[in-house]
Amino acid sequence: MQWFLASIGRTFLTFIAATGRLSLFAALGVSHCARPPYYPRQILRQMVDIGYFSLPVVGLTAIFTGMVLALQSYTGFARFQAQGAVATVVVLSMTRELGPVLAGLMVAGRIGASMAAEIGTMRVTDQIDALVTLSTNPFKYLVTPRLLAGTLMLPLLVVVADIIGVFGGYVVGVYKLGFNPAVYLDNTFEHLERIDVISGLTKAAVFGFLVSLLGCYHGYYSRGGAQGVGTATTNAVVSASILILSFNYVITELFFAK
Amino acid sequence: MREGAAKIRVRGLSKSFGPKVVLAGLDLDVAVGESVVVIGGSGTGKSVMLKCILGLLEPEAGSVQIDGEEVLGLPAAERERVNRKIGMLFQGSALFDSLKVWENVAFSLLQVSRMDRSAGKARALDTLARVGLGPEVGELWPAELSGGMQKRVALARAIASDPEIIFFDEPTTGLDPIMADVINEMIVKSVRTLGATTLSITHDLASARKIADRIAMLHQGRIIWSGPAREIDRSDNPYVDQFIHGRAEGPIKMEVRR
Repeated sequence: MQWFLASIGRTFLTFIAATGRLSLFAALGVSHCARPPYYPRQILRQMVDIGYFSLPVVGLTAIFTGMVLALQSYTGFARFQAQGAVATVVVLSMTRELGPVLAGLMVAGRIGASMAAEIGTMRVTDQIDALVTLSTNPFKYLVTPRLLAGTLMLPLLVVVADIIGVFGGYVVGVYKLGFNPAVYLDNTFEHLERIDVISGLTKAAVFGFLVSLLGCYHGYYSRGGAQGVGTATTNAVVSASILILSFNYVITELFFAK
Repeated sequence: MREGAAKIRVRGLSKSFGPKVVLAGLDLDVAVGESVVVIGGSGTGKSVMLKCILGLLEPEAGSVQIDGEEVLGLPAAERERVNRKIGMLFQGSALFDSLKVWENVAFSLLQVSRMDRSAGKARALDTLARVGLGPEVGELWPAELSGGMQKRVALARAIASDPEIIFFDEPTTGLDPIMADVINEMIVKSVRTLGATTLSITHDLASARKIADRIAMLHQGRIIWSGPAREIDRSDNPYVDQFIHGRAEGPIKMEVRR
């Protein structure tokens, strides 16, 4: 019994300590955004990596999601003659929820993993120590550019994802379900409000920050060679995904709870 | 030892990892322009000593003075200023694999001194020439180089910003005897041209004899013997004798389970 309680306590303490460490890491990373020197090349490289090279993955995710949304909502709504709502359902689901969440999850898999692996490898091969000996703050050089790039680029990716997703819904709606193109587009924009898009982009910025943060955090504290880097990569993706889903709820609550 | 002329002065340096005591009150002086090599078996804390002096590890107790200035507990920005006097050659070279060879060599010129890229590149190619590498090597990536070439590039990076102090961590480990001697020659040559103070750690005696003015032996967390390099064969110290003759039997007991 005592052993059981002790192990609960230990797990809880470890969790609290990790949360504290992550918060400190985040605070330090953010505080460096406001203090020169800056490394524009690093920031640019990360922006291209996160924004540009994630386009195919995010675009494919978005188009199939938009298509399946149209198809599913059509067959569902047909049961009570509400097929007209298909366009609205597609655009609201994409902008408010699926655009940011799916883009966030895909980027977590693509970018979070590569950040953890790259920084983790730099850690275990002494490259981070080498930065220190070259009078360069590893936080400023490695972490801050990634945090900035993640926070800035994911909203842009989500704008693209929203458009592609709506287009996917349109294609299925018009060519398969027989909607009139003009009516479909009309329905798409009629009920779309500014807050739908803004809330989605806010989510995207938060998710982008979280993906970069966890990628850097797990990489930065990885230990013990190839296996340690592997664990760091897994942890970065899993924890970023979980945080994306839970923050998604929290942000939705903040925006739309009455 | 002339007290006032010490470039690096270490007193009572202690560091443990959990119950394992690695450094137990280590004292060491390195005079201006002197080349000191610390020898000792694997796992005796040579690397830990170097990392504590560099500020990569936080010792529990003791004092480290560089140019008479206490550097332990300095805030990060101050520490960066001190580190600008220092170059370091890592055991595994620790080249940045996301940067080309010349960008590695020019790293502190570009990132810290903010030199423009063409001037930095010219300096980097000059420095590469000093370690016997042609300009074509500058355009390669670190992963494309052999171990010996990586070591030379790392040496070039360590000396590129004309540091006053250079640390060498096992500069010849993992190299064939000829390449090891080439590296030793280069260390001696570049140190002479720079007039730098150096502190090296190694278990390669040939290397120690070649690059050291003075040799110190680390055992159980303390310096147990120190003297001019040419006197190492007449030290009358059973520990040193056992080490330089590489005998399994003697006062140093390897922790091997039979």
